[in-house]
Amino acid sequence: MNQLLKPNTNSAKEEGGNVSPVNRRSFLRAAGIATSLGTIALTTACNDDDDPNPTNPSGDTVDLGSGDVGVLNYAYALEQLEAAFYSQVITTPYAGMTDAEKIILTDIRDHEIIHRDFFKAALGDKAIKGLTPNFASIDFTKKDAVLGAAKLFEDTGVAAYNGAGKLLKDGGNLLLAGKIVSVEARHAAVIRDLIKPKSADFAGDDIIDANGMDKAVSPADILAAVKGFVKETINGANVGK
Amino acid sequence: MDIFKIIDDFQKADGDTVGRLEYATRRHFMSKMSSKVALAAVPTMFASIVNKAFGQSAAAVDVLNYALTLEYLEDEFYKAGLAAANLIPASDRTIFTQIGKHETQHVAFLVKALGTKAIAKPSFDFQYGGAFGDVFSNYKTFVTVSSALEDTGVRAYKGQAGALLADPQILEYALQVHSVEARHAAVVRRLAATVTGNAAMKGWITGKEGAVPAIYAGEENMTQGGKDLKNLASKSDAAITEAFDEPLTKQQVLAIAGPFIKA
Repeated sequence: MNQLLKPNTNSAKEEGGNVSPVNRRSFLRAAGIATSLGTIALTTACNDDDDPNPTNPSGDTVDLGSGDVGVLNYAYALEQLEAAFYSQVITTPYAGMTDAEKIILTDIRDHEIIHRDFFKAALGDKAIKGLTPNFASIDFTKKDAVLGAAKLFEDTGVAAYNGAGKLLKDGGNLLLAGKIVSVEARHAAVIRDLIKPKSADFAGDDIIDANGMDKAVSPADILAAVKGFVKETINGANVGK
Repeated sequence: MDIFKIIDDFQKADGDTVGRLEYATRRHFMSKMSSKVALAAVPTMFASIVNKAFGQSAAAVDVLNYALTLEYLEDEFYKAGLAAANLIPASDRTIFTQIGKHETQHVAFLVKALGTKAIAKPSFDFQYGGAFGDVFSNYKTFVTVSSALEDTGVRAYKGQAGALLADPQILEYALQVHSVEARHAAVVRRLAATVTGNAAMKGWITGKEGAVPAIYAGEENMTQGGKDLKNLASKSDAAITEAFDEPLTKQQVLAIAGPFIKA
C-alpha cells in the first residue's frame, strides 16, 4: 500500500495533471480508507492510470442534483452500489462461505436493497437512474476479498452519511438518514467481527479516532473514493447546496 | 470564534505540515490533525464552537448535557464491569475494553466541550432497583444490560439529531458518536445472542427483538418518510424493520435510564 501511495509522476503526466498524486493521496486519507482498506481503493485508483479515458469510461454523467434531493440521490447512489455488491456476493458465494456468514450477508443484502428501493420511491421522478456497478477489481470467489470489500463499503457508507447529515435542511430527511446510518454502522461492525472475531476491530482504532468518533466525510471525497466502482461519472457538486 | 480561523492558526503554527500538504484542503489538514498531530486540540476547538452555540442555541447545550449523562452512565458501567473479578470471560475482554475506552473518550470530549456548563457526574444504581441485582457477578446479566445501554444510546442520539439542525458542526460530532454506539450495539447484541441463547437476536434489530424487550418499543415500525414499506422489494417484514433503526425522545430515554440514576 505504501508503495502505491508514492507519487506516480507518469500517471499524473498521462492525465494531464488533473489527478495529481497529492490529491489522490489526500482524498484517500480524507475518506479514511487509505489505512483500513486501501488495497481495493488503490487498486481501483491505479486502474485509472491505465485507462485511456479515466474520467468517464462509459461516456455517461449522472447529476445528483442540489439541496436535500441531491443528498438523497447521493445516498441512493451509494445504496445502489451496496445492493449490487451484496446481490453478487449471494449469487456467487465465495469458497467456503459458512451458513452463519450466508445468513449475515443475505440479511445485509436485503437491508441494502430495501434502502435502495426506499430512496427510489421517496425521490420519485427526482431519482437518478440505475447506476452500472463495476466490481471488476473484486474477486468474488475469495472470502478475504469479499469481506474486505464489504468492510470498505460499510465504513464508507457510515462516513458518507455522517458527513452528509449537516447538508440536509429538512429534519425529516435528517432523521431518515439517521435511521439508516446506524444500520450501516451495525453492518460495518459485524463484517469487521467476521474478519477478525472477538477483536477490537468492530470499532477499531483504524477507523475510530482518539475522541471515540467515527469518520464523517464530504460527498466530494466519498464520490472520488468510490468512482472506480461505478461506470458512470457521478456529479455531486451541488449536493446539499 | 470561527472554526476555519482556528484551523488557519494551526496551519500557521505548523509550517512543515502545510508544506507537505500544499495542495490539500483544510478538510484534509483537519483530518490529518485530528488523527495524528493535535488530538488534544480538537476538544478545544469544539469547546469554542459550543461557546459560540451558547449565544445561538441553548438547545445544543441541552443535547450535549443529555448525551453526557448517558455517556457517564455507560463509562461507569464498563469500568465497573471490567473491574469485577470473574465476570467478563477472557475471550470477550477485548471487545468490552474497546467499548469502555470509547465511552471514556466520549465523556472526556463532552466535558471539555461543555466546560463550566457540563453537568456533574451522577451516581448510578446499575442493579436498576434490584432488577439486575447480579449485573456485576453474572455475565449473562452484564451482557443483557450492555446491549440495552448501547441500543438505547443509539436511539437517544438519533432522537436528538433534529434539535441540532441549527448547529451543523455539533450535529456532525453527534452523528460521529452515534455510529460508534451502533457499532458497539451490533457486536454486543451478537454476544448477548450467544450468552443468553437467543438465536433470534442479531446485530441488527428485527422487529422489537432485544434482551430487554421494554426498550425496543417502536423498533417494529414499517412506515418511513410517510410510506408504508410493507412488501417493498418483496422483502420480509423482518428485513424491513431491521433496515431502519428508530429514535427515542428524551422523555422515553429518561424513563428507561432513570432507574439507573440515583442522584
